[in-house]
Amino acid sequence: MQELNTYLFVAAILFSLGVFGVMTRRNGIAILMGVELILNAANINFVAFSRFGGMNLDGHIFALLVIVLAAAEAAVALAIIINIYNNMNTINVDEASTLKE
Amino acid sequence: MTEFSFWFVIVLTVLSAAVVVLSNQLIYSAIALLVTLFGVAGIYVFLWADFIAGVQLLVYIGGILVLIIFGIMLTNRISSVRLSQTNVQQGVGGAIAIWLMILISLVISKTPWYQADAFEPAGTVAEVGTLLLTKYLLPFEAISVLLLGALIGAALLSRKEN
Repeated sequence: MQELNTYLFVAAILFSLGVFGVMTRRNGIAILMGVELILNAANINFVAFSRFGGMNLDGHIFALLVIVLAAAEAAVALAIIINIYNNMNTINVDEASTLKE
Repeated sequence: MTEFSFWFVIVLTVLSAAVVVLSNQLIYSAIALLVTLFGVAGIYVFLWADFIAGVQLLVYIGGILVLIIFGIMLTNRISSVRLSQTNVQQGVGGAIAIWLMILISLVISKTPWYQADAFEPAGTVAEVGTLLLTKYLLPFEAISVLLLGALIGAALLSRKEN
């Protein structure tokens, strides 16, 4: 547990799984979950480099900002998804591909 | 004991992340995401980032995950089968994801990372607070305005039109 590479590999696995989810999921909310996995992978990297670079806390600030951005992104994305559902009665992103009804 | 709990958290995080992207039931994905976020908070604790771990619990699990579950409930009729959903083009997606994984792993293992010695701090809250209000004051203010704008926008988008 005192190895930088362990954390980087875990973050890489989370990132790959998130990319897989974003590419294969067709439900808008499931895609959002994939994005959250990717953001978490990035955050693990920030904090791990901060810890193994001599406990420099700049990485923690970056992780905090990413978490706040993730909250904003989730709120707006879910508002859009609920709007799409109200207008088109589906949240399958392949079916909801038109700009107008 | 610490070693054991460390690997337990790692395995828990990775397995539940796999469930998030592979499960056919959307609500199972959401619950697995809960476990993943808890696991990531645990990883932060092992990285001595106690404040980030707390924020992870409060914002991700208390906020974003609740929002996601609200979204699932509002966009699916519970009685219908639409709660289940499948993946498409798993072959291509899986191939690209594995290729990415191999690429990143190669980069990680071949790079001689700079590492500095560090001692375990008593706590990071005070230092993070000082940094936020001195060196990173402008980003802090900017992101608070962005958060306000995003929340107002989300409320505007999702309310019924008169």
